[in-house]
Formats: sequence, C-alpha cells, structure tokens
Amino acid sequence: MNTLNKIKRTGPVLFSEYEKGSAVKKVLEMEREDILFEIKDSGLKGRGGAGFPVSTKWMITAAANADKKFIVCNADEGEPGTFKDRVLLLEYPELVFEGMIIAGYTIGAKEGIVYLRAEYSYMLEFLENFLEEMRKQNLLGKNICGKGFDFDIFIRLGSGAYVCGEETALIESLEGHRGEPRNRPPFPVNTGYLGFPTAVNNVETLASVPNIINKGGEWYHKHGTDKSTGSKLFSVSGDCKYPGVYELPWGTTLNEIINITGAEDTKAIQVGGASGICLPATEFGRKLSYEDISTGGSIMIFNKSRNMLEVLKNFMEFFVEESCGQCTPCRIGNVKLLEGVEMIEKNEYTIEYIEKLKELGRTMQVASKCGLGQSSPNPFISILENFKDEIFNNKPVLN
Amino acid sequence: MEKELRSPVSQRPLIVKDGKSKTGIGATVSIELNGEKMQVQLGKTILEICKENKIHIPTLCYHEDLCIAGNCRMCLVEVEGMRTLQASCAFPVTSPVKIKTFSDKVRKARKHIVDLMLSEHYGECYSCVRNNNCELQTLAKEYGVDSYEFGHICEPRFEIDSSSHAVVRDMDKCILCRRCVRTCIDLQEVGVLEAINRGYDTKISTFMDKPLADVICINCGQCINRCPTGALHANDPSDEIWKAIEDPKKHVVLQTAPSPRAAIGEEFGLPAGISMTGQLNTAIKRMGFDRVFDTNFTADLTIMEEGTELLSRLRKAIVDKDSSVMLPQFTSCSPGWVKFIEHFYPEYLDYLSTAKSPQQMFGSVIKTFYAKEEGIDPKDIVTVALMPCAAKKFECNRPEMDSSGFKDVDYGLTTREMAKMIREAGLRLPELPKTNFDEPFGDASGAGLIFGATGGVMEAALRTVYELVTGRPVPFKNLNIDVCRGMKGIKEASVKLENCKEEFGFLEGVELKFIVAHGTANAKHVMEMLIKGELAGYHFVEIMACPGGCIGGGGQPIPTSELIRKLRVKAIYEEEASMPVRKSHENPRIKYIYEKFLTDGPGGKLSHKLLHTKYLKRGKYIN
Ligand SMILES: Cc1cc2nc3c(=O)[nH]c(=O)nc-3n(C[C@H](O)[C@H](O)[C@H](O)COP(=O)(O)O)c2cc1C
Ligand code: SF4
Ligand code: SF4
Ligand code: SF4
Ligand code: SF4
Repeated sequence: MNTLNKIKRTGPVLFSEYEKGSAVKKVLEMEREDILFEIKDSGLKGRGGAGFPVSTKWMITAAANADKKFIVCNADEGEPGTFKDRVLLLEYPELVFEGMIIAGYTIGAKEGIVYLRAEYSYMLEFLENFLEEMRKQNLLGKNICGKGFDFDIFIRLGSGAYVCGEETALIESLEGHRGEPRNRPPFPVNTGYLGFPTAVNNVETLASVPNIINKGGEWYHKHGTDKSTGSKLFSVSGDCKYPGVYELPWGTTLNEIINITGAEDTKAIQVGGASGICLPATEFGRKLSYEDISTGGSIMIFNKSRNMLEVLKNFMEFFVEESCGQCTPCRIGNVKLLEGVEMIEKNEYTIEYIEKLKELGRTMQVASKCGLGQSSPNPFISILENFKDEIFNNKPVLN
Repeated sequence: MEKELRSPVSQRPLIVKDGKSKTGIGATVSIELNGEKMQVQLGKTILEICKENKIHIPTLCYHEDLCIAGNCRMCLVEVEGMRTLQASCAFPVTSPVKIKTFSDKVRKARKHIVDLMLSEHYGECYSCVRNNNCELQTLAKEYGVDSYEFGHICEPRFEIDSSSHAVVRDMDKCILCRRCVRTCIDLQEVGVLEAINRGYDTKISTFMDKPLADVICINCGQCINRCPTGALHANDPSDEIWKAIEDPKKHVVLQTAPSPRAAIGEEFGLPAGISMTGQLNTAIKRMGFDRVFDTNFTADLTIMEEGTELLSRLRKAIVDKDSSVMLPQFTSCSPGWVKFIEHFYPEYLDYLSTAKSPQQMFGSVIKTFYAKEEGIDPKDIVTVALMPCAAKKFECNRPEMDSSGFKDVDYGLTTREMAKMIREAGLRLPELPKTNFDEPFGDASGAGLIFGATGGVMEAALRTVYELVTGRPVPFKNLNIDVCRGMKGIKEASVKLENCKEEFGFLEGVELKFIVAHGTANAKHVMEMLIKGELAGYHFVEIMACPGGCIGGGGQPIPTSELIRKLRVKAIYEEEASMPVRKSHENPRIKYIYEKFLTDGPGGKLSHKLLHTKYLKRGKYIN
C-alpha cells in the first residue's frame, strides 16, 4: 500500500479481500435481472454526491431501446477536499474497472469510458498499462472470459473544469463541446453520450460493485444504516492530526470523525465539499448518511483559529471561478454572494442586504440549471447562519 | 431531401408522434395547470401547454426558431414533487404533473433573475436601438422592477465592435441568452459566435476574439433578429443619409427591395402581413429623397441576365459539349449566401451566376444610364438601398462594386432603420396616402416582387426562361408555380421543355430540374449534395441565406418567427397576383433599357461590365 495515498483506515466492505477477475467471471454466468436484483438488495446508492440508487439507474439504461449504450466512470473528482477516487484508482483499479465491466454487461454496453480529471493525468500511464494487462487476461476485449461478452474501456482526460464532474457537462465535454450542463430531462440514461443511453457512475460506486456480486447484496446491506447501506470512503482534511482516506460505515457521527482523526479544538466541519454545509459544534452528533448529512466524501475540519468568514470567502471564490456561466442565477448570483461576503469583511453592509442575499441564495438553490448553482449558496447560507455570532458580533452593523 | 438537425440531441424538443402509435402509450396525459385539470398531448413542453392555454410565461433564451437552451431561467415554474423549479421551455410533460406558473416561489425567482441581469446590464434604454422593443426591458416592466436590488454596473466592461459593415456588437447589453450562438451555428450553420470563458467572465466571442469583420461572418444578421436586447444591431448609416438629403448639391435616390414594404408596418404597430408599398413611397419622398425606385426593376433585369446566362450555360453544355461549364447554376442575389460559399466552398464559385444582385445592378444603372438620361453628374448622386438585409451593407462596400466608376450603392439601409428615419421625420406611415414609384423606372413586374420570398427568384426565372424557350407561358395555373413556394427548407421540382422555339431546339424534351433552398444550413446541405455528385442532371438552384428568403432578412422588424415570415410572404404573393405585368421580360422598362442602353442585349458586353461581377475565394483562413 502506498503511504502517499494516506489510506488511514480500510473497512470490511470496500477494502475486503478481493481476487482479481472473480466478480466478472461470476457475473458473466448470471442473468441480467439477477444482477439488478442483487444490486437492488444491496441498497447501493451513487457515491458521487447525489445518492441515486444504482439499481434504478442501471435498470432504466438496461431497459432503454438503442443500438449502443455506454457506461461512464466519473473520475473527475473535483469537489474541494475529495481525494478518495484517486486512491481507489491507484490502489484498487481492478475494482473500478471490473465494476465497469459488470455495469456494461448489465445494461448492455460494449464500451466504457473513464473520464479522468486533468490533474490526474499523471496516473494515465499506470491505468492504461493496467487495462492492457486486463486485456491480456481476457478480462477486457472480445469474448471476455470466453463467455461471449465484448467490452472495452477507454480513458479520456478532462480539461480542468469542476463543472465537468456534473454528468451531463461531462458528456458534453466527452463529445468535444464546451463543458456545460444540459437540460434534464432528457436524462443520460435515455439520451447520453452521442445521444445513446449512458449510465454515469462515480469511481467509488463502481468499485463497490464487485464485492456485492461476490458476497451478495444482503451482505452489503448489513453494513451502514438502513437507508445508507455499506461503507463510505471519506476524505478528511483540515485541522486534524491524521488527514487521509477512511473507509467507515455510513452512520458514523462527526464526533467519531473528530476522535478518529485526532482533531482538536474543532469549531466547524464542512461536510460535502464547497457545495456542502458547514456545521458548528452543536451539530457534531449528527450522522453521515444520505438521510442526515450526505456527502460525496469530503470532510473539512476547522479549528478555533480559523476565521469562518475567510472560509466562506474561499468557497464563494471557488464558485465564482467554477460556474460554467451558462445560467443567470449561478453566473451572476455567486458574484453577488461573494460581494456580500466582501462587504461584511470590510464592514460595509446592512443586515437587510445580507438577508436579501440569503433570499437570493434560496432562489439560486431552486432556479439554477445544475447542481453547482443549486448548491453553491449552501456555504453562504449555512456559514452565515451557523456562525453569525462570530461573523457579525465583532462587526457593528452600519446603518 | 430533408436536412438533419444539427442541434445537439439533448436540446431538441421531444417529439412524440401521435399516441395512437404501436407503443401503446396514450396520446395524452392528464395534468393540473394552476389548479385546472386538463388533458394534454404527451411530450409537449410546459411552455407550449401554457401558450395554448393563454398563460404567459416570460422567456429570454427561448426562441421558436431555435433549439432549446434553458439557460436564462426566466420561464421557471413549479412542478409538484420536484425540489427545484423547472424551466418550462425544456420540460416535456410525460407523466401526470401538477404545475404552478405563478406561485410565490416562482415570482420571487423570476424577479431575482431579472434583478441579477439588470445588475450587470450596462446601457440606458433611452439611448438604445431596442428601446420599446426589448425583451429585457419588457420583463423589467412585467416584474415591476423599480430599483436595482443588487446594484448596477456603472462602467462598461467591453468595447463595442463595429468593425463589420453589417453587425455591431455591444456586449455590455448582452444577457448571454445565446440565441445568437444558436442562430449562427444551428440555424445558419456558420458558427461565428460562441461563448468563451467561464462564470462571470463568460462572454460571446468570435474566433480568437477577433473583430467580426475579420472572421467568417456572412453578415446575414439573423443573430440580430433573434437577440432579445440591443446587444446586436445593424451598422446604421442613417445619419449620413440625412446629411446627404440636407445637402442641396446631392441627388439622393432610394431604391427599395420588395421585402421592406411587406414588413415595415410591423414597426408601426400593424400586424404582420400588411403591405405598405404606396405609403412607404410617400414617406420616402416626404422625407426628402429625390427619387424612389423599385428594386423590382433590377430584379427583372437580374432575371434577364441570369436567365440568359443559364440558357447559354445549357447551350454550351448540351450543344458544345463543353465540360468546363458548371451546372447547375446557382443564384447569386443573396450576398449572405455569396459570402457563405466564398468562405465554405471556395472551390465551387464557378457554379454561381455572375449576375450581380438587383441592389448592385440598380446602383450601377442609376449612376450610368439614369445619370445620363437625367443629365445629372453621377458624382452628385447618392444611392441608398432600402433592404431587408444586413448583408447588403457589406455587399455595397465590396471594393469591386464600382462599375459605374463610382461606388455603385452608397448606403444599405435596413427596414428597421428606415422605420426609425420615418419616425424621426414625424410621419405616421400607416396613415399616409399612397403614391407610386418614380419614373423612369415606374413599372416593375410581379416577378420582381416575389424575389422577396424563398422560391421567388426561381419562380420568376422559370416564367421567363420557359417562355423564352418555348414561346408559351409556364404551364402553371395563373403563372403561380406553387412548388417553389412555402417554407420547406429544400424544395425541388422540374418542368419539361416541349415544342421549343427553333433556336432552343437543343432543349427539346429536357426536364428542367431545379432546387430552392433557404437558410445557409439548407444551402450547406445542397452543397454537400453537389459535392457528392447528387446534383447531376439539375440545372438551376436558388439559394437565399435567410430563413424564408429576404422577408426573413437580418434587417427586418424584430421579432421574427415562422408565422410572421409566412404572413409577410402572403402579403407579397397577394400583391403580386393583382399586378398587371407578372413576367420580367414583359416589363416595358426592361425592354426600354435593352433598346436604349444595354443595346447588345442580356449577357452582352455592357451588361457584363455593369451588371455582372466576380467572386473571391475567401476560404476559412482567418488572419
Ligand atoms: C458541479 C457538480 C460536480 C460534480 N462532480 C462530480 C465528480 O467530480 N465526480 C462524481 O462522481 N460525481 C460528480 N457529480 C455528480 C454527477 O453529476 C453524477 O451525479 C454522478 O457522477 C453519478 O454517479 P453516482 O450515481 O455513482 O454517484 C457532480 C455534480 C455536480 C452538480
Ligand atoms: S448552475 Fe452554474 S454551473 Fe450549472 S449550468 Fe448554471 S451556470 Fe452552469
Ligand atoms: S438592451 Fe433593452 S434594457 Fe438594455 S438598454 Fe437597450 S432597451 Fe434598455
Ligand atoms: S450575421 Fe449571420 S453569420 Fe454573422 S454572426 Fe450573425 S448569424 Fe452568424
Ligand atoms: S448578443 Fe444578444 S442574442 Fe447573443 S447572447 Fe447576447 S443577448 Fe443573447
């Protein structure tokens, strides 16, 4: 294991014993419906952030009537504070790729595409070699394992835009267009890459699949909570002794995270990256799970020395920079929110105007075209509300 | 030969064929719209359903000529059960849904969006070409904007690009709806404009951010017609024209194309489809122009020249077996199309007729024949061309357009700009009495008039060519060649030449095959057919750069839509049907000019000097 990858804790689910190729061999003997049932029993949901049930996504793609279908592995990992997909790709590429083969077999795709973020291009050679090796072992290519299934995987590099992690922007980018989110409907499962039904899944989602196939959906379901089954990789960063990647069961509380990672004097935890929410100490009893506080994996810890307004400014600068600029609420709204933060910083604001900006933020949450603009006001609203004493108390309101 | 849509699959409207289809899915679905239960057709968008039910939904990026964008977010509505508001333009109804179009959440969101746009919108309505006809301004009013909630930008961010003769870009007024982008790439398939940069820095730009004049813009102005704001407008020469009118030494002559008269009423609040021919003449003369002529006269002249050229190409190909003759012959009267082929198919310029456009023919005729007949020094003549077109502004500035020894046409003026001048002059166009065009070009034929609609040139040419060849009028009822008419993107048909006159014996039994296409996307398709050899056996192709032909030109009143274009076309055909002369070759003035001036006849030496031109192999190389 590469210590650089900072895997701090491996759990019994994702990182359990796995023999290369075993799930693929098993799956090629199975009926497609049975695979779908197995995934459904596992309760596996998307790990890219939105938490969409994997079985449903695959079922719709499988049911779509088309000449061609695609499975896309979303390895854009652009959410600030997330680095768990990188670890999976470097340490367990077999899980990711075999997950893609299984997905391809299930939905009827002959081609899988890995959309690798530009910053990860250094691992391209390693991954290509790994794929080549799989081809030699007949885990990829024509007639896989002699079972009559043809499937291959290609890697495509992104160009550095955060928004290209959004699945429809990713598809636009794959097609050679400006990386901008599309309208939904139509959803990629019906009209995706080149107009063909396409299932887009996160690296971790796909990496979870082989073990489910080998050990069964029921086994998987035993881990985690009822609505958030299995385990999750968390990328923990910030003010703690042991930052890194942890495999923990869903349902772990923030307090537990603090203990495990050796964080001290923790003031706030940002869950879910820049677009997530920022929680104060009073909320540290809450559980990481789809039903309570959901995250694609990013956990950032801030201790007492941090200025929360600065933290917020940082996030807003990120969104102003990363908005694709397509839709009005996000393109201009984020600029207004950032201006608001700067007004507070300079002590040139009125509470009324800040309230107006929060209202604007709530409009952005429902009016923006894609998840970026819909979630970019989250830190603005949550930090200004949860840390209002700190932020506003030492700044007398001008009026 | 229908063209495939270029627009991305994801942006095409969902078309559900009638529900009685085999799939067994019902044709309709029951929904609740603002509490009212109704059955609607499966797959229709919420916006369409609202339109049918007379519910107004504000839109900015939506345009019925274009694919769906869903980026302005003005048309948001609430769909029960969905966390976010939905863009009604992009939401096809496929299941029973409950929709609210003006709930508190919706109204607040729309107001926020207008406020945000205004906060970044640099420009003042009273000094803007689109004042009173601006979709942003209208929305500000609809949503009761009475202050700038999120501030207001007070410095311009961009330089105005007025490098192009046709289109001025004032990006400070741009709201990034991208209609222009979609117009240029999807509707016209030119692809000059695209959004660059991200986030707040996003802007509409050209290749390498070059001035518009330096890129492959064909000047069609279609982007102007679809821009909701004043960000795009035509390069307006009206100040210079006023100056010329005021100058007693100048003899200012205006020619007007057929399409402005069919549309200018819209600028004065009339519904589309009311012809203003006589009123417009009166207005032009009251404004102080010395003469007003009908471009239809030179449209007739174009038919004579282009028709003769076609016949001579046919003779060379059939009789002389000259393989260097290019057939089919393509029309050349649309300057947008000419620039398009110069950029995109420079190797195929020999297929173009060498005849100038009617505008340019008139310019050279005025500064030669007319000047001589009237005894006016051509250097004192100022020729203004009232055109439905933005590309005509570019055309008259092409350096080779000086065959009279002077700049043949001094100014191209759009319908919109003329309307502005008429308003400035304090004239209420619809209430003016009607007057005629001036002599010596007082008569024109109906054939020239229908040049304004797609298929019109073809119809006019056929009327003349057929009769020249056979001595009989075209075998169509009332001379109406219906196969040329209508809004289909690419039309094709043929007419058999029988019992030809002796001199055209070589055409006996020939099936004259022709194609009509409008919009450069369709033109591209025709060119691809040509390259693939699929046009072998075809003789004549009419191409207009703008959708609908000139009546849909880039200088016409805004807004535009297929319905509006159809109404304008209808006005033209109706007016034409009642005209005494309906064939170019029967126009007495045409006979006169060939007798008096162009004495060596159509295609002769003098007409080659004055009425024909050459083209430039531009290619797509951008400096
Ligand atoms: C702005 C934005 C960025 C995103 N970035 C990523 C990403 O980097 N990786 C990822 O897997 N999903 C990302 N997503 C989520 C994807 O759109 C999509 O939901 C996900 O890839 C689906 O896979 P899953 O169901 O396996 O989670 C992003 C979404 C948004 C709105
Ligand atoms: S919300 Fe932001 S990132 Fe998403 S489409 Fe709109 S502008 Fe682009
Ligand atoms: S573009 Fe519209 S809103 Fe802007 S200045 Fe012009 S008229 Fe006013
Ligand atoms: S004038 Fe025509 S070619 Fe030029 S940018 Fe506009 S739409 Fe494109
Ligand atoms: S220039 Fe006009 S049409 Fe183009 S994006 Fe801007 S506002 Fe829209």
